[in-house]
Amino acid sequence: MSAPPTGAGTGTPTTTHLGMPAFPEAARESTRDERLRANLRRATHTIRDKRARAVTELADWERLRQAGKAIKDHTLRHLDRYLEQLEAAVTAAGGTVHWAADAEEANRIVADLVKATGETEVVKVKSMATQEIGLNEALEAEGVRAYETDLAELIVQLGHDRPSHILVPAIHRNRGEIRDIFRAEMGEWGRPAPEGLSDSPAELAEAARLHLREKFLRAKVGISGANFMVAESGTLVVVESEGNGRMCLTLPETLISVVGIEKVVPTWRDLEVFLQLLPRSSTAERMNPYTSLWSGSSAAADGDGPREFHLVLLDNGRTDTLADEVGRQALRCIRCSACLNVCPVYERAGGHAYGSVYPGPIGAILSPQLRGVGSAVDASLPYASSLCGACYEVCPVAIDIPEVLVHLRERVAEEGEGHRAERAAMKAATWLFDHPAALGAVERAGAKARGLMPKRLPVGPAKAWSDSRDLPELPAEPFRYWWRRTRG
Amino acid sequence: MSTQQEAGSRERILARIRAAVERAPEPPPVARDYLTAHVPDAEDAAAVTELLAENLADYRAVVHRCGSEAELPALLARLLAGRGSASVAVPDGLPAAWLAELPGSIGRVTDGQELGAAELDAVDSVLSGCALAIAETGTLVLDAGPGQGRRILTLVPDHHVCVVRVPEQVVASVPLALPRLDPARPQTWISGPSATSDIELDRVEGVHGPRTLEVVLLG
Repeated sequence: MSAPPTGAGTGTPTTTHLGMPAFPEAARESTRDERLRANLRRATHTIRDKRARAVTELADWERLRQAGKAIKDHTLRHLDRYLEQLEAAVTAAGGTVHWAADAEEANRIVADLVKATGETEVVKVKSMATQEIGLNEALEAEGVRAYETDLAELIVQLGHDRPSHILVPAIHRNRGEIRDIFRAEMGEWGRPAPEGLSDSPAELAEAARLHLREKFLRAKVGISGANFMVAESGTLVVVESEGNGRMCLTLPETLISVVGIEKVVPTWRDLEVFLQLLPRSSTAERMNPYTSLWSGSSAAADGDGPREFHLVLLDNGRTDTLADEVGRQALRCIRCSACLNVCPVYERAGGHAYGSVYPGPIGAILSPQLRGVGSAVDASLPYASSLCGACYEVCPVAIDIPEVLVHLRERVAEEGEGHRAERAAMKAATWLFDHPAALGAVERAGAKARGLMPKRLPVGPAKAWSDSRDLPELPAEPFRYWWRRTRG
Repeated sequence: MSTQQEAGSRERILARIRAAVERAPEPPPVARDYLTAHVPDAEDAAAVTELLAENLADYRAVVHRCGSEAELPALLARLLAGRGSASVAVPDGLPAAWLAELPGSIGRVTDGQELGAAELDAVDSVLSGCALAIAETGTLVLDAGPGQGRRILTLVPDHHVCVVRVPEQVVASVPLALPRLDPARPQTWISGPSATSDIELDRVEGVHGPRTLEVVLLG
């Protein structure tokens, strides 16, 4: 497990999310996959239990959580100022800052930077931003091969597959499948899997170590994202477990980091909050094995690290999200994935059903905001939830996901593509109610959900729509009974 | 900023941000009412050091105690020889005395710009100090200062021996660590050996970083 994931990109069409079916169709498919469901159940329950223990160790967790929320809210309110400050600090430390309005521009910038080095290969550390913009595919089209180096991302990439979880992207694969993928594919990409490779996780990890070491040692260009960027010092922070991040961040001559504009925090001191919140929420550890922090290029660091450093600041729908007074809180997300692990819908539907690099509850509010609600999948995502509120309870920056979901349902009704979007949305709701096990879990979680109902009920034309069709009041009676009663 | 288009994007993004938050209210100030540390007494050096040892071990680092500087060279020699290392990477500024009892059979590779990743890949062990250690999280912080080397040095060899001076280099918590660190310096925070749980959530120690981390608490 390590920090935020990146492109599944092998350049094959299977990696794209374009034309994804709406959530209910995709979920119907995945819920039929018994192995996927068993893997998911085990993974989500294991991580959520461990996380609960890690959080209990800190008596001031709620205060840290509120501080995390407050720092992010303050930063977002003055995002222009902090980005300019960050730009100045990175530049002063020998880095170059680029601004990308959308995915296409970001991909173009990165491709040009890579081509300017004359290299045709890059090593990458898992980054959701680069996955969001489809960087690997864009580089492939320019004749540049991007190697994913996070173990799970390697499994996903070699398997011509897509990630299904933010933290453990290959959670839908079991060890036997992983061995088969390594045996069949590693040779195509570089050092083949060792003879007689078994399916023991230790042997598989060793195979990945050998396969990737060769790539790290010859890599001239590294590409990363970042978990945090400190405006006052120009410091970037990458949190990880395996050491592939350290390799990508320190070995190459050129480092290119693609980071969403919302990842900035004002001060060095602010890290004291987030470096406590993120590891415990994410991998359920007191601290993740490796965290790398650097400011600018090696010129500012006595020759330590890449000679050239480029920071690409990515908008790609974030300013649209920022303009939405209810929805903007999604930009507080630090990509810990705790909300996935407690979500009864995610547990049954799996990550692929969300048709986006951002699965689970956070994906259900992030994707429709970053991409708009024009497509069937994006219009259906706000309905891929029962509003049980468990996601809000575990969120380390207190994003009120149910509130945003309800708000987005209203938007779908208002600006979605008329009947098509509404149909997709209703099917998502229906899917949920057709899965009694999901609902049972929802009801149990609901017991804890006091005060979690959206504070802002929809107003305007959508109000009547949602009142009559899907939005339960606080479940004074169990959800399912409410549904039976009102649907009948 | 490399192109005119990017310059345009910079202005466009900043303008979009300003328009987006223009009417947003000022959020309440950040209340930093969380704890500075989670130990009963952050000044209790013995207890904080004990906690560091516990948490390091909990995350599978091998912890050694060394009562005095005089005993250190023998301990380090024993650790490297015990591992069967044929070579050890040595950062600039590491006290020469630490290596005094190293057997001649163990080659010393000193850090320097000419020492690349490929050369380091052939080195068995690396010996370093640290900038500080965080007890609550079992974390070693290296900031490329004297005796620590460039970040690459403690990354490529498979065996890392790190010496922490106790109690002076130990802080209780993350909030107590940050003020003692300089953001301008490149840093690596290390909490146990590298690990992955990507395959069916089975924890496997050691993927790309050093698979064995030994920590000597000196003092």
